[in-house]
Amino acid sequence: MSETAMSEISRRKALQVLGTVPAAAGISWTGAEAAQAHQHAEQARQAAADEKTAYEPKFFTKAEYATLGILVDLILPADERSGSATDAGVPEFIDFMLVDQPTRQTALRGGLRWLDRECDTRFGKAFAACAAAEQTAILDDIAWPEKAEAKGLSHGARFFSLVRDLTATGFWSSKVGVEDIGYLGNVPAPKWTGAPDEVLQKLGVSYDGLEKWYRPTDAGA
Amino acid sequence: MQVIESSKEYDVIIVGSGAGGGMAAYVLTKAGANVALLEAGALWDVAKDGAMFKWSYDSPRRGFGGKEKPFGEFDGCIGGWEMDGEPYTMAPGERWDWFRARMLGGRTNHWGRISLRWGPDDFRRKGIDGLGDDWPITYDDIKPYYDNCDRFIGIFGNNHASETGLHNEPDGIFQPPPKPRGYELLIKDACDKLKIPCVPARMSILTQPLNGRAACHYCGQCGRGCGTHSNFSSPTVLLPPAEKTGKLTVVPHAMAREVLSDDEGRATGVSYVNTTNGQETTLRGKIVVLAASACESARLLLNSTSPRFPKGLANNSGVVGKYLIDSTGMSVSGFIPKLVDLPSVNEDGVGGMHLYTPWWVDNRKLDFPRGYHIEIGGGRRMPGYGFMGGIEEHPGGSGGGYGKALKEEYRRLYGTGVGFALRGEMIPNKDSYCEIDPEVVDQWGIPVLRFHFKWSDHERKQAKHGQETFREIIQTMGGTVTTPWRDHDQDYGLEPGGRIIHESGTIRMGNEPKASVLNKYCQAHEVPNLFVCDGAPFVSQADKNLTWTILAFAWRTSEYIAEQWKKRSI
Ligand SMILES: Cc1cc2nc3c(=O)[nH]c(=O)nc-3n(C[C@H](O)[C@H](O)[C@H](O)COP(=O)(O)OP(=O)(O)OC[C@H]3O[C@@H](n4cnc5c(N)ncnc54)[C@H](O)[C@@H]3O)c2cc1C
Ligand code: SF4
Repeated sequence: MSETAMSEISRRKALQVLGTVPAAAGISWTGAEAAQAHQHAEQARQAAADEKTAYEPKFFTKAEYATLGILVDLILPADERSGSATDAGVPEFIDFMLVDQPTRQTALRGGLRWLDRECDTRFGKAFAACAAAEQTAILDDIAWPEKAEAKGLSHGARFFSLVRDLTATGFWSSKVGVEDIGYLGNVPAPKWTGAPDEVLQKLGVSYDGLEKWYRPTDAGA
Repeated sequence: MQVIESSKEYDVIIVGSGAGGGMAAYVLTKAGANVALLEAGALWDVAKDGAMFKWSYDSPRRGFGGKEKPFGEFDGCIGGWEMDGEPYTMAPGERWDWFRARMLGGRTNHWGRISLRWGPDDFRRKGIDGLGDDWPITYDDIKPYYDNCDRFIGIFGNNHASETGLHNEPDGIFQPPPKPRGYELLIKDACDKLKIPCVPARMSILTQPLNGRAACHYCGQCGRGCGTHSNFSSPTVLLPPAEKTGKLTVVPHAMAREVLSDDEGRATGVSYVNTTNGQETTLRGKIVVLAASACESARLLLNSTSPRFPKGLANNSGVVGKYLIDSTGMSVSGFIPKLVDLPSVNEDGVGGMHLYTPWWVDNRKLDFPRGYHIEIGGGRRMPGYGFMGGIEEHPGGSGGGYGKALKEEYRRLYGTGVGFALRGEMIPNKDSYCEIDPEVVDQWGIPVLRFHFKWSDHERKQAKHGQETFREIIQTMGGTVTTPWRDHDQDYGLEPGGRIIHESGTIRMGNEPKASVLNKYCQAHEVPNLFVCDGAPFVSQADKNLTWTILAFAWRTSEYIAEQWKKRSI
């Protein structure tokens, strides 16, 4: 078997390819803490909505929140198919999750600080104050972990991957994201007809030979 | 403390309302018995309280469940691996993860509905390979009750024994199975090439209406509970007809503390604590049926001590708590380039796999006994919390990035993963058991369980074989394995004990009262009016999930109780 084992890309950790199991293990908070955090965040959202004012972050400072908004839109910008991460409410989602799951607070806050320090060293100003080209220059250095490591920027890469994951969850699980990605389920379907021909053709598979199992007269078949 | 003593004596008291308890309530009320059903959790009505058709964005947590909802925020189960106020302990250096449900219907509200009828060999393994013990009954004894479950509860699948030559995969009475999804056909294709059978799954989900329950509408959300009652859960299938008899009294929030018994060694009732207000109550019954889940039922017996039963009720043999078993579990995932850029289609289907692989290898050609089946997964599921996390490590991706190209990458790679889960047979061993922790109590003062658990090389070798096989399938599909190889020091990827949530074996049955607690009717050797209806009586596991067998045994046991009760012979 070892050949199969060897063909493994050893650095790869188990991927959340199925996207069904919550990614974060070992998060610890009591039920009461979670409920309270949830309630605070909800109250804040509601208050902001009622007053038609901007959302007031519960975890991030105003400056941090502004930086986060720029970052998430650089990660998932608007394009011809759908809006941007901020259009999909990603910053609000991340703010909520950090109150809900305090264990990531330090990594996020510290990461934003790392980013500002790096910008300050390079350009003499914080990330949010940088020109677009300066911002992308930094991202070019930390958005690909392997490249980043080679440049000694692994802390930046780690932070960026965390923000990218949170942005992806926040975006693709939003209404905007679900429609964009073409998830067509979560509806009652009177019949199950299997995969359509275009899919079968693309995959090079068919139901031929399986008639013995799936009789055409059966309901749902 | 004032203890309420009910004046009424029930014909039968059942503890626990899950698969086993629900079935006992159904059969016994139908037979005319007055039944009290004690349930530690709250009432829960899936049609009102379930989360069918909720979207991830309906919640600020986007489906993240945390400790309270380990299977996701919308999962239809109240319970978890850890519950506030209800601890359990482990012997130093050992691990057993214990999943518990606390609600009407227990774990049947969200279980996977994979319903695999066991075969003749599964009851006589010792006779075949000399390991473990044989059951006191044969497949023929239990077959009629499997048939009953197939007909009454409903199950889809097909009879494939004659086609595959797998004689230990008996025929059943099946509704039509749903056609495979695209990626499932691709998996089948690879399995065909490798001569691994891949056949319609067997799941207790209706594809045709049955007994007033609607057919499935293919929303893929069985784990949230089914608002149209199209899949099996105890409160939607077993309890309604029981309630209709007018003979059933459901007592929610009733945490059984002890089974009471008299000097003659007969059970006389159950004492419980009301978890909402702490009130202690004793309920009298002519017959007591335990179905609190295998470990909870063992705990109850061990905590029910008396001069006659100093080691716990019905436990002069000392066997209660011993031979704790779970299924083996191990998973491997892969990325399948062929699935990139597929047209958008609704792949929900039923809430689970449409195809699976039963155990197919002749053990005489292998260096380990017993087998496993393969559960397959994949597809374009509803995006939720954790969606495509770690994309920088994705073999189909560009190693990270941002911007429009990244957005496009998520679109391309969505739904391109497949997963294979091994579920196999563990051989009961002496080192795996539960006992009462001498020091720790739960919030009601009930002493808790302490677990001991060990895998042996029988299970490790099986997991190794599984890892090799799953990699082969993924590679035959032209894919890249994304799960690292796990070596012997990592048990070849075996999950910790308890993790597959198929706990059983702790109150085993047998013909020999010194080596078993229950006789072949799941009746205690030492206490004739005490029965067990969950997974605890199991003498061994099979490579097949256990709940269909819990249901069949609960039906058989309850029928026996009803006969004896009518004859007044217990
Ligand atoms: C996520 C998940 C997926 C699963 N998938 C499958 C599958 O696909 N196929 C399969 O065969 N099996 C599966 N299982 C296992 C299946 O759920 C169990 O085998 C089955 O529910 C066991 O039935 P039971 O009656 O023994 O216990 P339960 O269903 O757990 O019911 C026990 C009940 O007893 C109550 N109780 C406990 N202690 C007390 C007490 N002291 N007093 C009063 N009441 C008490 C509990 O609150 C609970 O309601 C799965 C389990 C889980 C969690
Ligand atoms: S997939 Fe079918 S059985 Fe499962 S919840 Fe949806 S309708 Fe019910």
